[in-house]
Amino acid sequence: MSPAIQTERLCKQFGTVEALREASLSVAEAELFGLIGADGAGKTTLLRILATLLVPDSGKATMLGLDTVAGYREIRTRIGYMPGRFSLYQDLSVEENLNFFATVFGATVEENYNLIRDIYAQLEPFRKRRAGQLSGGMKQKLALCCALVHRPELLLLDEPTTGVDAVSRQEFWQMLQRLKAQGITILVSTPYMDEAVLCDRVAFMQEGRILAIDTPQGITKLFTRPLFAVRGSDRHKLIAELRSYEHARSAYAFGNSVHYTDARETADPSELASWLRSRGFDDATVERIAPGIEDTFMALMEEKPKELADG
Amino acid sequence: MKERIDKVRKSLTVVAHLLRKEFLQIFRNKGMLPIMFVMPFIQLIILANAATFDVPEVPFHLQDFDRTALSDRLVKRFTSTGYFKMTGESFRQGNAIGVLTGNRADMVLTIPKDFEQEMMTTGHAQVQLLIDAEDGFTAGVIQGYANDIVTAFNRDLPELLPQLAGTQIVQPVIDIQSRGWYNPELVYIDYMVPGVLVVLVTLIGLFLSGMNVVREKEIGTIDQINVTPIRRWQFITGKLLPFWIIALGELTVGLIIARAIFHVPMLGHYYVIYLVAAIYLLVVLGMGLLISTVTESQQQAMFIAWFFIVIFVLLSGLFTPIQSMPHWAQNLTLANPVRHFVDIMRRVMLKGSNLGDIAKPFGILGLEAVVMLALAVNRYRKTSE
Repeated sequence: MSPAIQTERLCKQFGTVEALREASLSVAEAELFGLIGADGAGKTTLLRILATLLVPDSGKATMLGLDTVAGYREIRTRIGYMPGRFSLYQDLSVEENLNFFATVFGATVEENYNLIRDIYAQLEPFRKRRAGQLSGGMKQKLALCCALVHRPELLLLDEPTTGVDAVSRQEFWQMLQRLKAQGITILVSTPYMDEAVLCDRVAFMQEGRILAIDTPQGITKLFTRPLFAVRGSDRHKLIAELRSYEHARSAYAFGNSVHYTDARETADPSELASWLRSRGFDDATVERIAPGIEDTFMALMEEKPKELADG
Repeated sequence: MKERIDKVRKSLTVVAHLLRKEFLQIFRNKGMLPIMFVMPFIQLIILANAATFDVPEVPFHLQDFDRTALSDRLVKRFTSTGYFKMTGESFRQGNAIGVLTGNRADMVLTIPKDFEQEMMTTGHAQVQLLIDAEDGFTAGVIQGYANDIVTAFNRDLPELLPQLAGTQIVQPVIDIQSRGWYNPELVYIDYMVPGVLVVLVTLIGLFLSGMNVVREKEIGTIDQINVTPIRRWQFITGKLLPFWIIALGELTVGLIIARAIFHVPMLGHYYVIYLVAAIYLLVVLGMGLLISTVTESQQQAMFIAWFFIVIFVLLSGLFTPIQSMPHWAQNLTLANPVRHFVDIMRRVMLKGSNLGDIAKPFGILGLEAVVMLALAVNRYRKTSE
């Protein structure tokens, strides 16, 4: 079975900025795939190339087996794309937007209603309201409806949950899971680490490069160094102190503790605890923990991509 | 065959939905509605009345050194026509220039001492006219008025001075009587209204189409449109047709105002005007679309549109005759669509020209429509760079 999305060494440059550097990935059918990275990592550029809105400088991308440059016309009828910026007509009502996007694809809302029913049910009370007057979460739901109304086989979602409240975010991801269950391939980009675990597989992106691709569980295996959660009263001072420790690789705030990574292959928590006490942090506790996805991403970001390639 | 028809029907449905969407948005834009449907007609009424070449009530200054019955008669001729209004009188030679530089009068009439005496004895006399020629056009008009008055005065001299009967007065052998055809009373409103109508239709067409596509770019909706299977021709038709219809509607209202309020004659056929307008609007809308495709914001589009409007209107022959422009500028106006449409409107309305008469400017407009639309369609891409 051929992959739903395949890219090979995609490059795209805007002036002097290299937005994409040899980005290669492959997404299977009915997979929920996440692109994780900070702003400016190249996620949007990659999605725009896949949506046939941009032509890559070099490299090749296929969607549903069709080349994004040569086969753009057919791709457009078979995919749904939701840009990062809200791009529906703010001066048209919920209903009018939905009908408009259905008809330009030669479909009707009725024939595909079962696909969007769950989402649209929440919008129904506001169907006469102008799209511009909806809340952030509602806008995203409407945008998703409009991207789905022609029953696409594949969805490209560019940061759909940015600027949306926590409850709406959760609901949004539940919808994506249901769509996936109906066999729709989904490629979604997000700057939020906590959303990465909801994907089947994720790709970490930074400065136009794909740093790693794996399942959320598998990706944490890339994190090999000892990781400790350190708790103490003055967190600010604690971070500064930990960073000055001779074996320190990194230390950053994480929730209400500090995540400390040791530069050595193995390290003993009691050794660190006694060093901290010697520096005057009497109440400090040190606990060895398993790395989470965010720890892994931070570690990957700090490493030079070259080192990563060398293994 | 049936499949073919079905396909065409489907793609026309898409265009119909695009049109529906555009009209919904246009009529929902509360800020734009008055600009589109009220402003043009206010402009028409103001411009048609204000932009005339008539020079009414020329203020003039009198220096009558003669102060006789005959000089008084001459002065009365000036004041009684309605063209001139006396604003002052003085008896020192040097005052005349001061009056002109001080903008207190546009003309000084100086009647020398012994004016009547000379006339009675020799049959010849002189008066002096000093005309402020800062504005050459107005000066020419004033001179024309004054000459008419003096000529008429000359003609009537034998009646005024019966004593002269014996002396030799040279009567003009050829009496030139001029009469303007097609606009015999030289009513400037008749001349201006057809041209102002063209400007209004141009403004609406160029600005609305120029702003529209770039607005979709600005608010990001173009991305969502671009990933749909909408074809280029469908999108462009959906974008331009509404403004084409609105502009023709405004032309209709403008023509009704011209007829009902300004009583501008309509000697030609309305179908000629609508046929030309239909083609002319393609030029203007194509240009608006072209501006839209090369700009990134409504602000940029606005400035470019203004730049062209100003040049087009000033080089259209609407306010200043093309014949009085330098040669290179006259050649330049040949490419100006506004010039041709103004020309056609005036000819059809005031002279009753038919299609055959206006074939040349109409042909140029047709050519420009093809070129402009081709450029615009070619520049508009559904992918960004």
